[in-house]
Amino acid sequence: MGNKVLMKGNEALAEAAIRAGCKHFFGYPITPQTEVSAYMAKKMPKIGGVFLQAESEVAAINMVYGAGGAGARVMTSSSSPGISLKQEGISYIAGADVPCVIINIVRGGPGLGGIQPAQSDYYQAVKGGGHGDYHLVVLAPSSIQEMVDLTADAFDIGDKYRCPVMIMGDGMLGQMMEPVEFKDTDTASLPEKDWATTGTDMKRKKNIINSLFIEPKDLEDLVLARQKKYDEIEANEVRYETEDIEDADIILVAYGTTARIAKTAMSKAKAKGLKVGIIRPITLWPFPYEAFEKALADGKKKTFLAVEMSMGQMVDDVKIAVNGRADVDFFGRTGGIVPTPNEILNKIEEIAGGDK
Amino acid sequence: MEKVFTRPHALTDVPLHYCPGCPHGIVHRLVAEVIDELGIEGSTIGVAPVGCSVFAYNYFECDMQEAAHGRAPAVATGIKRVHPDKVVFTYQGDGDLAAIGTAETVHAAARGENITTIFINNAIYGMTGGQMAPTTLLGQVTQTTPYGRDQGRNGNPIRVSEMLATLDGPSYIERVTVDTIPHIKAAKKAIKKAFENQIAGKGFSLIEVVSTCPTNWGMSPTEAFDWMRDNMLPHYPLGVYKDIDAKEEK
Repeated sequence: MGNKVLMKGNEALAEAAIRAGCKHFFGYPITPQTEVSAYMAKKMPKIGGVFLQAESEVAAINMVYGAGGAGARVMTSSSSPGISLKQEGISYIAGADVPCVIINIVRGGPGLGGIQPAQSDYYQAVKGGGHGDYHLVVLAPSSIQEMVDLTADAFDIGDKYRCPVMIMGDGMLGQMMEPVEFKDTDTASLPEKDWATTGTDMKRKKNIINSLFIEPKDLEDLVLARQKKYDEIEANEVRYETEDIEDADIILVAYGTTARIAKTAMSKAKAKGLKVGIIRPITLWPFPYEAFEKALADGKKKTFLAVEMSMGQMVDDVKIAVNGRADVDFFGRTGGIVPTPNEILNKIEEIAGGDK
Repeated sequence: MEKVFTRPHALTDVPLHYCPGCPHGIVHRLVAEVIDELGIEGSTIGVAPVGCSVFAYNYFECDMQEAAHGRAPAVATGIKRVHPDKVVFTYQGDGDLAAIGTAETVHAAARGENITTIFINNAIYGMTGGQMAPTTLLGQVTQTTPYGRDQGRNGNPIRVSEMLATLDGPSYIERVTVDTIPHIKAAKKAIKKAFENQIAGKGFSLIEVVSTCPTNWGMSPTEAFDWMRDNMLPHYPLGVYKDIDAKEEK
């Protein structure tokens, strides 16, 4: 292609999914991600794909389980309360090693919450959400272009490791328009789905997609095998971006929309002579511990400031990464309030002032 | 010597875990016979439920997926939409299909999803040890209705076949049982038609099999069938509730 087009985040990610070979989409309307379904409803019939508006989020995710188990590239999309409903299915999908892509365009919570942007589903996405020993690969774009690129990658990661992958955006990314460019995808190197329920054709042994293992030893063996897969993902798939962390006294840690605002705050702080850098996790799981090691390598005293649209969830992982070797502070707004650069700047100055 | 009776190929050669006298074995066999007779084992994908038949994925020789409790029709929908040319069936009990999975059942039926559902109604939760099901009869004693199911306290049993027959989506709904040879033959005929309908692209079919649970009803297998005939069949009458092929519908 090479052409840039101006697109709304929700529609861009839907188009990216289709271009990645996703021909099956099961969804349920919820603000602020409904444009994903609307786009799929318009496009899928024209490309011989399937858009199905399910009777519930619960049904939608179980359709995803069926379709993913049957070997298709499949996606569902929702926002926070809907993602809560999907957790049962997500756990089964993880437990049966079924690849799929789940979009969460996060809004304020808990409960029905609000419809404005938030990042308060971090714990749910990264620390489990559903029951049992499992992880989602969680990708957090901070621009529409990155949302497009990560959507394609999400399908590849899912197919490569046979695991569910979540793209965690927020209401801002879903609703905002930016110019994007779609790249060609190449899936040639991905493994055959010889485990899928496609019908035996009387030519092979039957395939079973299942997460029930009644013998504790069998279940432990499977969970251990899956853990090895997670170790591989941690070794291969960590993604992050850093800026000016080498010489910084204060290192901001922020992802998604918040990272963009934090960067503006960083520029303002630098203009005032403060030494500020930023770590932007792109994979929330696996968390980019490596970036923190780089930032801590000089052994100098510094503060990590986690900035989130929540009451402080990712900050827990920042503390784990830092492991007592530096100060960790937090600034957040929640409930659908997007922090301003000046609010973050004030917090940076407060930390810098306290250091003097 | 000619072999005149054998295990259907589509029924895996493993011991079933069902209690002695449980009709699941009969119904499994009927489904497997139908799969054999239609020559569709290689193109069939089954969905097992949560409940006594949770291990059904071990018993059918075709590809299988295990669903979460109640979600089999949604899982089957996902599979069928990926492989519209394959045969997809669910095998579900009353708690799975008519309590926790009611929404999935009703909407798969309403969409006319081109799948086949085998529904075992024995008016009780078997696997968890005999609690009230959505189809438990009024007055019936279970672990969670120790004084009998009371209309005011516990609500009323659901007639699934009648309820789904009100929808425009289903192509075929019949209620059968497997207590006698003629009934078993009729049940097989119904199950076969339900699969044939799918192959012909006619849409959603459901066969409700009125069944028993000797273990949790606290009866011998023959006593259980007697109780079923005396109590369940009057409330759940056998018959065709919907058939888009029939000139006159009930």
